[in-house]
Amino acid sequence: MIRLEKRPQPSRAWSLATPVVAVLATMVAGGMLFGILGKDPVEAIRTIFWEPLFGEFAFYYRPQLLVKGAPLVLIAIGLSLGFKAGIWNIGAEGQYIIGALVGAGIGLAFYPLEAWFVFPLMVIGGAFGGWLWAMIPAYLKTRFGTNEILVSLMLVYVAEQFLASMSLGLLRNPEGHGFPGSRNFNSYEGASSWINENAGMHWGVVAALIAVIFAYVLLNRHMVGYHIRLTGEAPRAARFAGVKPARLILFCLGTSGMLAGLAGLFEVSGPSGQVSIDFNVGYGFTAIIVAFLGRLHPVGILLAGGLMALTYIGGDIAQSNLQLPSAAIQVFQGMLLFFLLAFDLLTNFRISLGKPEVA
Amino acid sequence: MTEVLLSLKGLTKAYPGVVANDSVSFDIGAGEVHALLGENGAGKSTLVKMIYGLVKPDSGEMLLRGAPFAPNEPRQARADGIAMVFQHFSLFDALNVAENIALGMENPPKMGDLASRIREVSEAYGLPLDPYRTVGDLSAGERQRVEIIRCLLQDPKLLIMDEPTSVLTPQEVEILFQTLQKLRAEGTSILYISHKLEEIRTLCDHATILRLGKNVGECIPAETSASEMAELMVGAALTPPMRGKRDLGEVAMDISGLSVPAPSAFGTALRNVHLTVRRGEILGIGGVAGNGQDELLSVLSGEVLTDSDAVKLGRAPIGHLGPVARRQLGVLAAPEERLGHAAAPDMSLTENAMLTGATREGLVKNGFLKWTAAKDFAERIIKDFDVRTPGPENAARSLSGGNLQKFVIGREVLQRPEVLVVNQPTWGVDASAAAAIRQSLLDLAAGGAAVICISQDLDELMEISDTFAALNEGRLSSPRPAEGLTVEEIGLMMGGAHGMEVAHV
Repeated sequence: MIRLEKRPQPSRAWSLATPVVAVLATMVAGGMLFGILGKDPVEAIRTIFWEPLFGEFAFYYRPQLLVKGAPLVLIAIGLSLGFKAGIWNIGAEGQYIIGALVGAGIGLAFYPLEAWFVFPLMVIGGAFGGWLWAMIPAYLKTRFGTNEILVSLMLVYVAEQFLASMSLGLLRNPEGHGFPGSRNFNSYEGASSWINENAGMHWGVVAALIAVIFAYVLLNRHMVGYHIRLTGEAPRAARFAGVKPARLILFCLGTSGMLAGLAGLFEVSGPSGQVSIDFNVGYGFTAIIVAFLGRLHPVGILLAGGLMALTYIGGDIAQSNLQLPSAAIQVFQGMLLFFLLAFDLLTNFRISLGKPEVA
Repeated sequence: MTEVLLSLKGLTKAYPGVVANDSVSFDIGAGEVHALLGENGAGKSTLVKMIYGLVKPDSGEMLLRGAPFAPNEPRQARADGIAMVFQHFSLFDALNVAENIALGMENPPKMGDLASRIREVSEAYGLPLDPYRTVGDLSAGERQRVEIIRCLLQDPKLLIMDEPTSVLTPQEVEILFQTLQKLRAEGTSILYISHKLEEIRTLCDHATILRLGKNVGECIPAETSASEMAELMVGAALTPPMRGKRDLGEVAMDISGLSVPAPSAFGTALRNVHLTVRRGEILGIGGVAGNGQDELLSVLSGEVLTDSDAVKLGRAPIGHLGPVARRQLGVLAAPEERLGHAAAPDMSLTENAMLTGATREGLVKNGFLKWTAAKDFAERIIKDFDVRTPGPENAARSLSGGNLQKFVIGREVLQRPEVLVVNQPTWGVDASAAAAIRQSLLDLAAGGAAVICISQDLDELMEISDTFAALNEGRLSSPRPAEGLTVEEIGLMMGGAHGMEVAHV
């Protein structure tokens, strides 16, 4: 009989190996899925993982990796801080939208002024918008003990209504012949987040890398990071160590909101280019998966963000080249999370074969 | 010995890395109270779990009245007349006595019938108990009574009791012993597990002593001195802690009129607590668990804030200060719950040294952590307090209870506290580690610190404290000099028999 035995302490080797094993298992199971759908499994897996990086059109896809990966990493880093402490911000998508609206609003207000301070002001506005939107669940939680999962999630739908209202009303392009959506930032030099569009480089990529370093230092070298980890590991011990739970909630939700807001601003003023009803494509939700795929570790999240972006781009290619249904690609991405969580068990448990025993 | 009821022959049980029982053999006679004596980790629990069918022995056999006996599960053991009262009660607070008992039965009779059965048995053994009372309202002694009656309803031949007195006041112990003696008179055998030697000497006919899983000796307790038994149990002569001559200095901590509402539905409210402790003094606070010990510690450590004047350090009000600010002033604490409260289970010892050491040991600079300094601090604790671990990078949960406790106490003691508050400092710790911990508390007091030691172990408190007070339902009795206090007086301070009726034997 197969049993699980708790390890005396978490296995370091397994905690590093599980993501790799999970990716391999996803390839195998995904290959079987594609095989059943009547496609060549090896070809399908190759298309998803190889084509975007080293295929014939890699020169086009590689920059796409940065464009898709950066917001995921930026948002996931923020979320991971809260998740580590058991504070669940599920509404990053909403904070992303509000950050984009505030930041873009500032930029559009200055149009067509070309000045060095316009973009920095937009960045500050983006961060502030996201922070503000996250402060709503944070305040309600610390003041009234509401559940931050529900409040932050519900605020996503409120934010979407705001977005619709803004793109049809206040922020609509006055020269857009009545079409919904704002002016395009790609034609407003001083307010664009692009550094080098052909290479996929925009300020969001830079911000994501800074966030990774910031989070790493915070978690490993700083008291606040230590308190975050302690709260997640043993809340009572954290109280004993002197952690003030309300402050930690404000910090974690605020930071994750801020980073999500920044991601929104960089997206709207760069790759997306304009505020439109549906410029948000769910990065805020996918980032939750990225955060867990990266084991809530800053470097892990960086890699996970890249991997997630890869399956998105590879999935798109597989859809168009191999006529795989998009649902199959989604199942494939779901498998990745499933296997990761399943293999995660081996970090804290070992499998032993033998007779069961009541001890 | 008249007739042998249960005979154990060469029972052996090994777990990965440790032999819990190494060919243990002894006999339990019919109608005898047999003591199983040993330190924490000596293998007592594993042995009784084998008898009760919870664990299967690797080798060896048991004979029940001469017939082979190998229970696969507790149900089988119960069918053969073996019953067990565990140290930790398995009762539901929200249900009444009869409902709780019915839950543990294979085929519970109708509630009315069961209630009258419970009344009958409880009358017969002089354990008055109302079957319709809610368990949540019962005292620890009465809850234990529920467990005992649950066992007696099966009419057992052998009753196993695991450390039954650890939750009782001396008066309640007295009542329990009368019941056990009555059972013995009726021919029921009792296997009595304990490490309290005086109890065993008053109650038991025979004693088997376990050390490191081996049977190291048997004796007739009434004819053996407590120190002889202790030596068998520990394997070496124990040096009792040295009490140096101490001069009591000025008042270090002063609590007056402290009342705190219960933190949760099953917590205890503190009511009008007064206490003072002087420099160089050890104040022992006794009482049965669940009478406000945790709550008192939280108030002293700063986890629960109060009016600033309710808690004073010297003359300075500190009731409004949190744990970090209090540590800065020298008020340190070591909570009872080692894993999850005093230490984070999955974090390394270095990280756990940071947990309370950050402020006083200078392990932080501008919010940044100095891990090398923290590691040095952890290594110092490990060395000075003889913590058995491969190194400071190991997770707290990988340490045994005693070693982790030494680490937790050491962490606070090495920070040179002005006032140290400890809760159950030696709970579940082996005798030599316990002696080391007590010695460190005495040394600390000798160095001029004030120590508040909250404990259920009265022997421990009598050994180290200058002043003694007891917590009972959130009230603290007025402190009295520990020297010269009798067991009866202590028992009364702890709430006496908690209104429990004396057994009518």
